[in-house]
Amino acid sequence: MTLAEVVLGAAFLGLVAYALFGGADFGGGIWDLTAGGTERGRAVRERVERSIGPVWEANHVWLIFVMVVLWTGFSGAFAAAVTTLYVPLTLAAFGIIGRGAAFAYRKSVGTLGMRRFFGAAFALSSLLTPFFFGAVVGGVASGRVPPGIAAGDVVASWANPTSMLGGVLAVLVCAYLAAVFLCGDARRDGQDDLAAAFRTRALGAGLVTGAVGLAGIAVLRADAPLLFEGLTGRGLPVVLASVAAGLTALVLLWTRRYTAARIASALAVAAILTGWAVGQYPYLLPASVTVEEAATGRATLQALLVALSVGSVVLVPCLVYLYVLFQRATDART
Amino acid sequence: MWEVVDSGNLLFARNQMALSLGWHIVFACFGIAFPAIVVFTEWLGHRRGDPVLSGLARTWAKAMGVLFAAGAVSGTLLSFEMGILWPGLMDRFGEVFGFPFVLEGFAFFVEAIFVGVYLFGWNRLSPRAHMLSALPMVVAGVAGAFFVVSANAWMNNPVGFSLDADGNVVDARPWAAMFSPSTWPQFTHMWLAAFMVTGFLVASVYAVGMLRGRRDRHHRLGLLIPLAVAAIATPVQIGVGDWIANTVADNQPAKLAAMEGQYETTAGAGLSIGGIYVDDELRYALEIPYGLSLLVHHDPDGVVPGLEEFPADQRPPVNVVHLAYNAMVLIGTALLGLAGWFGLVWWRRRRLPRTDWFLRAVAVSGVGAVVAMEAGWITTEVGRQPWIVYGLMRTEDAVSPAAGLAWGLVAVVAVYAVLTVFTVIVLRRLARGRETLAPQEQEGVR
Repeated sequence: MTLAEVVLGAAFLGLVAYALFGGADFGGGIWDLTAGGTERGRAVRERVERSIGPVWEANHVWLIFVMVVLWTGFSGAFAAAVTTLYVPLTLAAFGIIGRGAAFAYRKSVGTLGMRRFFGAAFALSSLLTPFFFGAVVGGVASGRVPPGIAAGDVVASWANPTSMLGGVLAVLVCAYLAAVFLCGDARRDGQDDLAAAFRTRALGAGLVTGAVGLAGIAVLRADAPLLFEGLTGRGLPVVLASVAAGLTALVLLWTRRYTAARIASALAVAAILTGWAVGQYPYLLPASVTVEEAATGRATLQALLVALSVGSVVLVPCLVYLYVLFQRATDART
Repeated sequence: MWEVVDSGNLLFARNQMALSLGWHIVFACFGIAFPAIVVFTEWLGHRRGDPVLSGLARTWAKAMGVLFAAGAVSGTLLSFEMGILWPGLMDRFGEVFGFPFVLEGFAFFVEAIFVGVYLFGWNRLSPRAHMLSALPMVVAGVAGAFFVVSANAWMNNPVGFSLDADGNVVDARPWAAMFSPSTWPQFTHMWLAAFMVTGFLVASVYAVGMLRGRRDRHHRLGLLIPLAVAAIATPVQIGVGDWIANTVADNQPAKLAAMEGQYETTAGAGLSIGGIYVDDELRYALEIPYGLSLLVHHDPDGVVPGLEEFPADQRPPVNVVHLAYNAMVLIGTALLGLAGWFGLVWWRRRRLPRTDWFLRAVAVSGVGAVVAMEAGWITTEVGRQPWIVYGLMRTEDAVSPAAGLAWGLVAVVAVYAVLTVFTVIVLRRLARGRETLAPQEQEGVR
């Protein structure tokens, strides 16, 4: 592996972490949206709030982390991508603001009307934000971002079949992950009826995600031939691994083994993202800019590598402490 | 290398960035300074077994949670805007100055984790463990500020790379780029400003309460602790101001000339206050003889270069910079007076000044400190124009030419208007009732 590939790999790991943790947060909001009226949806909403309350800000920093590594290590390609795709990115950023602020503030307001308003803002932006991120990925992966600042079509780069597929898949994956994670959380807190409800949601979302993924193959074949070739050629083992992990996760859900289902689901999502990365390798912007061409100077990449290594040594124990404290405290209360 | 065309997006992009930064920086101040004030109060309350102090710490911690959430989401938008609005800057210099943002990413990550731990663990951890959990939050907040300010200092004073004959960056040295001559003065200035903004603003909330007749111990201590912090920071800030003015004089003479509205290069230059700059001349200004030469060179006959030394297309907009700078210095001096009044009475009598005029002054000091800080940022940012990277890249060459970018400004104005209203509503509720929850807390466990 070259230095550039190692740094890009680190950014990619950050992206996977964002998809898993941030994605589950978004998914929580999606289930909040579909939970029904104030009374009927109360149990689901409280469960979602309890599960993501202390961790949502930390989960979110993964995204900032991916962005800053990309703009430092792959400045030109980053500038090209964010200017061509500035519309969905701006909308996603607004979604993050609306979602974060609404979630944070709704606990602190008294009246039911205000709570409903914040709740709706939180839930709706939980749906839109992953959609726009998925559309951004679709735009890059289908080769709609040429090199050069704002050189691509600012509308067609994300309003296209592959981007729509990416957006819908991102929403479904978030919903699926959240449901799987919430199954375990609910059972741990002795809420067996809620666990069963999330199990049904997880199974449903998993099946729909699989079906859309299958149909998506046809979309990619027509709209993004290069990615299709990569996914069915070099990336095929990873894609198959993702399918296998996804099916395993569904079986584990069916048999109510929630902890194992979490791991299998996380693997399935990580594998499908890896499939995308392998599928478009060696291009950062298919099919014009390769990873090596996009990489900045050696001293910068080395500095990044040092910072990433030292930073993870600091960060990982902190993160583990947060999750352990949170889980233990929840256990102690029940 | 591709040609970046001037697209008319410049004005919109600059205003969008100014609004986003100007909004975020207020909350960033609380991220830098508030953790230290809150945990100090918690420690004091714990050591003295004083429930009033512990209660104050608890209330402030909740407010800190809300302010942190607002800072986090507005900071996320900024990280998008850096690329979306200024791709030319990223494209050409990202490898040189992007690096501190990566370090800031880690610092912010640590701070976010421990804000969660601190609020969530209030009654779950032992008092000792709880106060210890605040330390990473305190350190990370300050470290994060250092990294972000170092990137800004680099734009004022770019170092740590070489350019080839075509102006392309070769040999980027990101560690060196973090330590430009402007980094330490700018960081120290911002760090102290964060304590002034946080201290005066929190104190002003309690001053308003006391003016309305709530003069219990809770309110007196709520005013005393943050005001003491701000009062210590203020005189130090005036000294740092001299340091930073000298750095500007050495490295960005055009900015200094604009700050003073000085057209002609002058020996023994006076310090101009107020006035309007028209046709290369500052009119109706109050002048302190030899003031500027004394300030910059610590010598009454020192030569200060004026704007005439620079081509017309390389001069910043003088009126904005001059008035913003004056506003900052004027308010800073007034705050110094307030800090001195408070300090003197406390030193002699161990109590707050008894007159309501003191409370009125404290009540407006918070807004004053915010205005002074914003004016300071306007001075340094507008004073750097027309450059985004001083002397190397013009702002108009960095802006995105993407179609429709202007709508971003409209959207950001709308989003921040709504966000401001709700942040104020939530903070007011937190101030009124202890039962209100901060975002990182959970119901049923207090």
